[in-house]
Amino acid sequence: MNVATQEKFSVQADAGKSSDIIVEAVDVEKSFGTMKVLKGVSLTVKRQEVVVIVGASGSGKTTFIRCINHLEKIQGGRILVNGHLIGYRDVRGRLVEDRERNIARQRQEIGMVFQRFNLFPHKTALENIIEAPIHVRKMKPAEAIETARGLLDRVGLSEKAGSYPAQLSGGQQQRVAIARALAMKPALMLFDEPTSALDPETVGEVLDVMKELAKDGMTMIVVTHEMGFAREVADRVVMMDDGRIVEEAAPEVFFTAPRSERTKAFLARILK
Amino acid sequence: MHFDWAFFWRYLFEPSSIYLHGLWLTLSISVICQLAGTIIGLFAALGRLSSFRSLQLLVRFYTWVMRGTPLLVQVVFIYTALAAANIFRFQDIDLGFMVLPGNIQAGIIALSLNEGAYMAEIIRAAITSIDTGQVEASKSLGMRYHLFMRRIILPQAARFVIPPLGNEFNSMLKNTTLLSVIGVPELLLATQMVTSATFKVFELYTVVALYYLSLTTLWGLIQRRIEMRFSEPHLRPQLSEQPSGWRRLFSAAR
Repeated sequence: MNVATQEKFSVQADAGKSSDIIVEAVDVEKSFGTMKVLKGVSLTVKRQEVVVIVGASGSGKTTFIRCINHLEKIQGGRILVNGHLIGYRDVRGRLVEDRERNIARQRQEIGMVFQRFNLFPHKTALENIIEAPIHVRKMKPAEAIETARGLLDRVGLSEKAGSYPAQLSGGQQQRVAIARALAMKPALMLFDEPTSALDPETVGEVLDVMKELAKDGMTMIVVTHEMGFAREVADRVVMMDDGRIVEEAAPEVFFTAPRSERTKAFLARILK
Repeated sequence: MHFDWAFFWRYLFEPSSIYLHGLWLTLSISVICQLAGTIIGLFAALGRLSSFRSLQLLVRFYTWVMRGTPLLVQVVFIYTALAAANIFRFQDIDLGFMVLPGNIQAGIIALSLNEGAYMAEIIRAAITSIDTGQVEASKSLGMRYHLFMRRIILPQAARFVIPPLGNEFNSMLKNTTLLSVIGVPELLLATQMVTSATFKVFELYTVVALYYLSLTTLWGLIQRRIEMRFSEPHLRPQLSEQPSGWRRLFSAAR
């Protein structure tokens, strides 16, 4: 066997392992007590795809995105990230909650940005970003700091490295939070209403960072009320209502020719 | 009434060795018990907040007993009652540089266990006051329990623990007097011993009261320093503009 065919083989093996699909949710069910908030949600996300989830509050979109990195337990169905079940192990056909160690390892590959930023208030912007790379990824501090400075530069905050979260505006905090998630070099980024807690004038700066990220090929699942962002950046828009996905379409179709009545009503309400 | 000023001044400023030894015992026992109590309290708080039902119940039982019975009863129970029932008798331990008498060991254990129960509640309240978003953000970065507790949650909780911890140590300094009933020659028992020889009860109890007052006053100043260190990082420089240590000492409000 010559070198060329060997290379070909290894490429094929790689392709088989890391398939095109990064998230595969099948019939996900979730209840808080007796209230069912997810009633069988199925969604498949491919690498480098930007999926925007929209819907009225209480439709289950935030709960669903939180299930993808197992911040919420699920009562039915299954979610695979990178081809592996997240949060659970399959024990003879039954799903059993996985060990903390395994869940943590999978979460390293899944960045998350929260509505309320959740920066660590006792650490500076730079310290927030290097925390997990150093203590979870075991990166050398010098290397982590270099990466962090690069990321701060990328989100336009290089001069705020030494500031504490309380000294930053909401938009700045959210950009640091995005940099913090990116520092782990995740394969997938989850955004849970990243601009909902922001002053209107700072929403744009966060959306700009997210647009850049999408342009660079990051796989993103975004829960948002920003229809402009969905229209402009999304590869696919998913509409959730009452714990179910009621519509799934490319943005141009979604916004101009929605099929479900729910979506029509929703769009009529917010695009007015 | 005759107040023997000469005697008062002499004992205030030139305390006898028995007094100094009592002062040393009061201080060292307080520090040891506060440290031990804080460590016990930390683990008790983590146990109470854990998802293991049996651990939760164990901690609840411990705090229920420790906070529900008088400290004096606990001290006597651990030293005298256990020995009387032939369950456990504290023996003197030779540490090489000093001999640690059994009653001091029992006293330290009683005060530490009691303090642990109160610290558990303080630390638990501090941990639960931290926004759950902090844990979620930590988890989403792949951090595990021990890591985010140590690096994210507890450092933030510490800020809420420090002020009540200061109050606890203030109480601890005074609670050591209870060890006089099991014969630990701390400051109060030392005073009792001297009064039984001199009958200058009024003068000597004034002196001992002033001693405790100086200890708690000194501690108040130290506590202020510590609280400043643990305040919100970006607010630290401004703290010097807050009420001075002097004014703060005499204000009951915290």
